[in-house]
Amino acid sequence: MSKNWNLITAPLRKANPVTVLILGICSSLAVTAKLKPAIVMALSVTVVTALSNLVISLLRKGIPSKIRIIVQLIVVAALVILVDQFLKAFMYDVSKQLSVFVGLIITNCIVMGRLEAFAMSHNPWESLLDGVGNGLGYGSILVIVAFFREILGSGTLLGVQVIPQGLYDFGYINNGLMILPPMALIIIGIIIWLQKSEEER
Amino acid sequence: MGLRNYIDKIKPNFETGGKYARFHSTFEAFETFLYTPDKVTTSGSHIRDTVDMKRNLITVVIALIPCFLFGTWNIGYQHFLSYGESVTFWHTFGYGLLKIIPLYLVSYIVGLTIEFVFAEIRHEDVNEGYFVTGFLIPLIMPVEVPLWMLALAVAFAVIIGKEVFGGSGMNVVNPALLARAFLFFSYPSKMTGDSVWIADKADAYTGATPLGTILNGGGVNELPSLTDMFVGTIPGSIGETSKIAILIGGIILIINGLASCRIVVSTFLGAISMALVFNVPICQHLLMGGFMFGTFFMATDPVTAAQTNPGKWIYGFLIGAIVMLIRVANPGYPEGMMLSILLMNIFAPLIDWCVVALNIRRRKKRWAAAERRSK
Repeated sequence: MSKNWNLITAPLRKANPVTVLILGICSSLAVTAKLKPAIVMALSVTVVTALSNLVISLLRKGIPSKIRIIVQLIVVAALVILVDQFLKAFMYDVSKQLSVFVGLIITNCIVMGRLEAFAMSHNPWESLLDGVGNGLGYGSILVIVAFFREILGSGTLLGVQVIPQGLYDFGYINNGLMILPPMALIIIGIIIWLQKSEEER
Repeated sequence: MGLRNYIDKIKPNFETGGKYARFHSTFEAFETFLYTPDKVTTSGSHIRDTVDMKRNLITVVIALIPCFLFGTWNIGYQHFLSYGESVTFWHTFGYGLLKIIPLYLVSYIVGLTIEFVFAEIRHEDVNEGYFVTGFLIPLIMPVEVPLWMLALAVAFAVIIGKEVFGGSGMNVVNPALLARAFLFFSYPSKMTGDSVWIADKADAYTGATPLGTILNGGGVNELPSLTDMFVGTIPGSIGETSKIAILIGGIILIINGLASCRIVVSTFLGAISMALVFNVPICQHLLMGGFMFGTFFMATDPVTAAQTNPGKWIYGFLIGAIVMLIRVANPGYPEGMMLSILLMNIFAPLIDWCVVALNIRRRKKRWAAAERRSK
């Protein structure tokens, strides 16, 4: 039990795909200007990593090693298309905001990385948990970054005004740099910095 | 010598194991600020010289004082000019002082607090590097910048620009310019436009900087006269307007060997050649905006500039060229000095690496040729 539980919790902190393995950075920059797309993106990636890990783990004994990357890609691409169609059908506005980045989950290094490093050599149940853990680890960073970027850059959270109007009347202005991608990189950098100094202690 | 005795008396409290040991860095900083430190180098190379880092930095601050004094006067001058009032010199200067002192207070209090906190956490001595940065930051701001924005920019520049890389001497980009860039992208409405350059200006008065006029499609004949731009009685960031004051400061830096004249000359060359390419008025462009101030005080920053001599020529030339490129070809930004220096700061280590690698290759070839001949 504790070993399986560890599969989910380790990627949240000490083996976090974004802050420790530095994977999946580009989508973290692209979709974190607002909290809502970030949450949807986090869930989409979690679904894709979890299910692709499961499927590849089930197939792992039958996949010839020379064409394993192609097989993995086909599985991932099929799942991503399903997620994309789902978003288009039920959450059209978010799907438009995420635009090409849902499709680009296929190239997200976390997905392929977990398939190669974990699912090809572990049983389906462990692989599923590992996929969920890594998806959530990626998603947690996405949500933290998006939280700060939306509240400081737009003064809103999930589209709801949270910074009181009185503050704006007093001279407060939303920070335009927060909306720009470089600030996402800096926030991720600060998270890595805090995490490392915490671990050293 | 009552103070010296007092310091010696309280000193043991701050040593390891003392009551206030955790404030050792703070104590050390104030002690060496007040008295010449009695410490000597114990390891590494020894250079006997009276010029240490503290004296270098103080020289830079002295070189900036003409800009500071003129900038202070110009704040008042522009304010009263916009209302069409004429007042005495001291009235003008006093008005400027009232505007500039809060900026300096915010810059130093925020910046030094962060420096002290980091020094204590890391158990290092507090570094003097912030004195120059803190002096520069208000000089490159528009006078109307809100104080909370300035505080935020200083905090960002000191933490992200300097402390994460390991403090003074380790920074990749110039912290003062980083503070300005942070505000420029975060709060563009307070950093550009016609209303931020003059303190409490009259509504009817335009208040555009020369570069702002050019950006809005103004021709050369709409600019202030060359004399005005050279003397500095124009709107602009506080320290950048007077080219006379900048030249005085620049000469002080070059004579003392603190600013590399290679960088200064090559920056001018780069700007002039790019101005020739675009066929824009050269004199006006050299006198407008922050070009001169950036060339003498920012591009020459010994920490962030290229270190090798050929590298300095390339580095400076590209800064000058990119400034003109941004000014002329970019429809969005009126001024390019800040962005071009920051960009070249990033590339300076690469330029140095290439220069060193080429040098090694040349010497290897020469050595191989000599080897062949001797056989």
